[in-house]
Amino acid sequence: MTLRTRMRRATVPAVLAAGALVVAGCSGAGGGGGTSDGGDGPVELTLATVNNPQMKDMEELKGEFEEAHPDITVNFVQMEENDLRDAVTKDIATGGGQYDIVTIGSYEVPIWAQNEWLTDLTEPLTSDAEYDVDDLFAPVKDVVSVDDSLYAVPFYGESSMLMYNKEILDEAGITLSDHPTWDEVADAAREVNSDDVTGICLRGKPGWGELFAPLTTVVQTFGGTWFDADWNAHVDDPEFNEAVQFYVDLVKDAGPADPVSTGFTECLNTMTQGKAAMWVDATVAAGMLEDPEASEVAGKMGYAHAPVKETEESGWLWSWNLAVPETTQNKDAAIEFVKWATSKEYHQLVGEELGWTRVPPGARQSTYEIPEYVEAAESFAPITQDIMLSVNPTQPGLYEQSWTGIQYVTIPEFQDLGNQVSQDLSDVFAGRSELGPVLERGQQLAQEAGDAQ
Amino acid sequence: MTAGRRSLAISRALLWPALIVAILLTQIPLVATLYYSFQEWNLLRPGQRGFVGFDNYAKVLSNGSFLSSLGNTVLVTGSAVVGATLLGLLFAVLLDRKFVGQSVARTLMITPFLVMPAAAALIWKWSILDFTYGMANWGLSLVGLPPVAWNTELPAATVIMVLIWQYTPFAMLILLAGLQSQPREVLEAAGVDGAGPFRTFTWITLPHLRQYVEITVLLATILLLQVFDPVAIMTNGTGGSKTLSYLLYERAFIGLEVGEAAAYGVMTVIVTIIVAMVALRTLFKVFSEEGLMNR
Amino acid sequence: MTTTTLGMPVTTTRKAPVRKPARWASRRVRGIALTVVTWIAVLAFFFPVVWMVFTAFKPESQAATLPPTFAPDLTLDRFQAVFDRGMLPYLINSASASLGSTLLVLALAIPAAYALSVRPVKNVRDPLFFLISTKFMPVAASIIPVYMLLQAVGGLDNITWLTILYVGVNLPIAVWMMRSFLAEVPREIIEAAQIDGAGLRTEIFRVVLPIVLPGIAAAGLICFIFAWNEFFLANLLTTQVARTTPPVLGSFVDGRGQFLSVLSAASTIAIVPVVIAGWVAQKQLVRGLAMGAIK
Repeated sequence: MTLRTRMRRATVPAVLAAGALVVAGCSGAGGGGGTSDGGDGPVELTLATVNNPQMKDMEELKGEFEEAHPDITVNFVQMEENDLRDAVTKDIATGGGQYDIVTIGSYEVPIWAQNEWLTDLTEPLTSDAEYDVDDLFAPVKDVVSVDDSLYAVPFYGESSMLMYNKEILDEAGITLSDHPTWDEVADAAREVNSDDVTGICLRGKPGWGELFAPLTTVVQTFGGTWFDADWNAHVDDPEFNEAVQFYVDLVKDAGPADPVSTGFTECLNTMTQGKAAMWVDATVAAGMLEDPEASEVAGKMGYAHAPVKETEESGWLWSWNLAVPETTQNKDAAIEFVKWATSKEYHQLVGEELGWTRVPPGARQSTYEIPEYVEAAESFAPITQDIMLSVNPTQPGLYEQSWTGIQYVTIPEFQDLGNQVSQDLSDVFAGRSELGPVLERGQQLAQEAGDAQ
Repeated sequence: MTAGRRSLAISRALLWPALIVAILLTQIPLVATLYYSFQEWNLLRPGQRGFVGFDNYAKVLSNGSFLSSLGNTVLVTGSAVVGATLLGLLFAVLLDRKFVGQSVARTLMITPFLVMPAAAALIWKWSILDFTYGMANWGLSLVGLPPVAWNTELPAATVIMVLIWQYTPFAMLILLAGLQSQPREVLEAAGVDGAGPFRTFTWITLPHLRQYVEITVLLATILLLQVFDPVAIMTNGTGGSKTLSYLLYERAFIGLEVGEAAAYGVMTVIVTIIVAMVALRTLFKVFSEEGLMNR
Repeated sequence: MTTTTLGMPVTTTRKAPVRKPARWASRRVRGIALTVVTWIAVLAFFFPVVWMVFTAFKPESQAATLPPTFAPDLTLDRFQAVFDRGMLPYLINSASASLGSTLLVLALAIPAAYALSVRPVKNVRDPLFFLISTKFMPVAASIIPVYMLLQAVGGLDNITWLTILYVGVNLPIAVWMMRSFLAEVPREIIEAAQIDGAGLRTEIFRVVLPIVLPGIAAAGLICFIFAWNEFFLANLLTTQVARTTPPVLGSFVDGRGQFLSVLSAASTIAIVPVVIAGWVAQKQLVRGLAMGAIK
């Protein structure tokens, strides 16, 4: 017998084994159930979270919770934002059930809720008067609700705003109102832009959560949209084109020199070193700009609502939320912890134990009434609160939307769509491509995504 | 002939464990990929899973991503292999001479190949090619040149640069071994006959090196076809740096389209099989010429 | 120096050629110039590594500056910071996956290579062809099923399974290398042992293995390097418990403030084991890299 026929024979069982495993994988994906008994024994919770400072604070304080609940211990698994998204998505989508509590962005919540992956938290939260669910910022609560049911609780929230270096603008004799327009901001940026100072730092790094966070808000305030209410794509509309062209031109004239490698981090660094005059980005950045230990511009900053064109407001809305996967076997304990970590008492605890600037922002209105917090964050807390309450996630632009969300579209296909179009746009930033063809391809991709709805 | 048969049986017993492991670990996933490629399955739409025949393939073939990624792979791999081989040859010639600190120089030269690719990509991205603080732009400023926005203007080139940096030592080591295996008296005879160093190099050394160059190119190609780390870390697939590996990753884990990603995977496998056939023929020929196959 | 290229043993000596004094002097000047050029080129190539290590010893405030800081306050603080952020478990994971997979690979590859080179197996080409062809396949092509299958057996974020996958990745290379090394073992020695009535075990362990020990070291070193540096699988298939070093490095790029020296420190720690191993075992490295094609 030759080796070759032997090899062939051996592949048959291998293929069968493969088939068996595939079938096993499928059934696992569909089911993945909990045999929850809700027993009284000691419970160990696994919490997957993003490695933000606010989340690290939570880990530091979890002892308080465990003291009050001697039968529950909470283990933190911290990851980078993208790793977390990958790990948790893959785990839940394939029925893994590794985590009892997950930290997810506001983009994921409605999608996952519709897939029935998340526990409905409405009843346990509303039934507890002390928890005061109505204290949560309404727009933030809206984006994590589906049909008035809460599937996640915001741990902290953010919008976007214009942050500017008052010294640089004063020197150039420029003053900005609390509600500037994009045209004013662009003029100012071009005027103060020089070899040493970037006129305005704007993200150009590819990614739906990087470039397209600010850019989608620009598109919306210019009157454009990704989709209308009937899921027709509008990416090659003149408004979309005009907005992106405006953004690209502004970046080329007065923006960061290497836009494709510029994201939140890079802008923050440039800004804290006083090397940029303006920056439109997440409101949480203010806390870092005002930290005298890390920032050279602390106390020199001014803040305004995100610049607009056709709309009243143009801030985005994002929150990191705690949710309880349906697959957990410790639902009650998990909900208990989620409630604790998003309660008023927790905010007090952070303030008293770790310092008031470290209180999770943008989640609870009552936080903005705590005198110590208001004092510690006086330069940016009032405007943050003001913006958080004025943005409208159900209709941020001129179009009616059939989803809730501002700088993203809550369909599974969006992160892929946003990524691809933003990658193509990096060719436009570099002058390798024209905007027209890029948006035509974007329109095609978007329409495919729209057709899937 | 019983002894011969027994001996054959023993040989097979020695060979099989490795083959079985290789088959299990590489072929099962492949079969599963084939199976998934006929499914519509977005991980975020668990309710809509089903058999769709060749739909995924139609999608893959109709949008240009596959072909453009294939082109990018050829470009990135090709330039890196050519660049590394040429530079490797240069360094091999330089280091073949006896000079002060020869062995130290050789040790330093091989280091880039040993550096973890993820670390290399990160250091190049942040320490060398950063627009403001990078050493590359600082170096340019010393000679009066304007700074370059590497990541925006030349993404594919930055990936190729890092790959050349990592694989030049690889090429150098093989080519250096080739140089050192030259029969000296042939070189000396050439010298006595009055051939200058340049002539000796082109007439004697280069032909001798041919098979070493072939090995270098083939092995570097095998290793570089898979290139993923610098693309993922430095460019995220922008500006012509989206190689097949990165495309497959992106379809699967950002697109979350299991079926479509699997179809891309199958297409890639088909293309690689064709490439591998050609390359392997050559490879076997190279190794046969070495006399290893016939022993 | 003795080489066996083209199957012909050649003894070479480097003789200082006899030349006229004037020409000799000009040659000497040219030689010094060439040495200087060589050293400049080598140092330029080595620079990113030097710069990384240097930056790792800087305080964060002097790492990313314009112009670069050449006389910083040296500190070990950033290395401390790397370990404070929990680097050690990742290094241990890397070490166990690399060592474990390397040992397994050798255990499988040596017998297989033995069967393919020393013992008579008909049709050597098919299994060899199959093995090496798996190396051409982008791992990315079948990553989804690998992920799903691991999920089904509970093998995600599991260092044992990662080790097993690394066996699959490195096995073909090891078989190829070992086959070349074993083919160099003189046939007469093995035949003599067989005539003496030595069993298979004696034949392998007493006679053949000692001869190819350097080859085994070479194959092991290469497999270790590839496993230690592997990014793609580790990044996708591990999250926390079994995470290895390469995918962790990126997390030192931090959104809050400066990170260049802590990133450099982490990268330095990550590359040290392989760089040292490669420096120490340069000879093996050369043989291994060429997959045994160069003796």
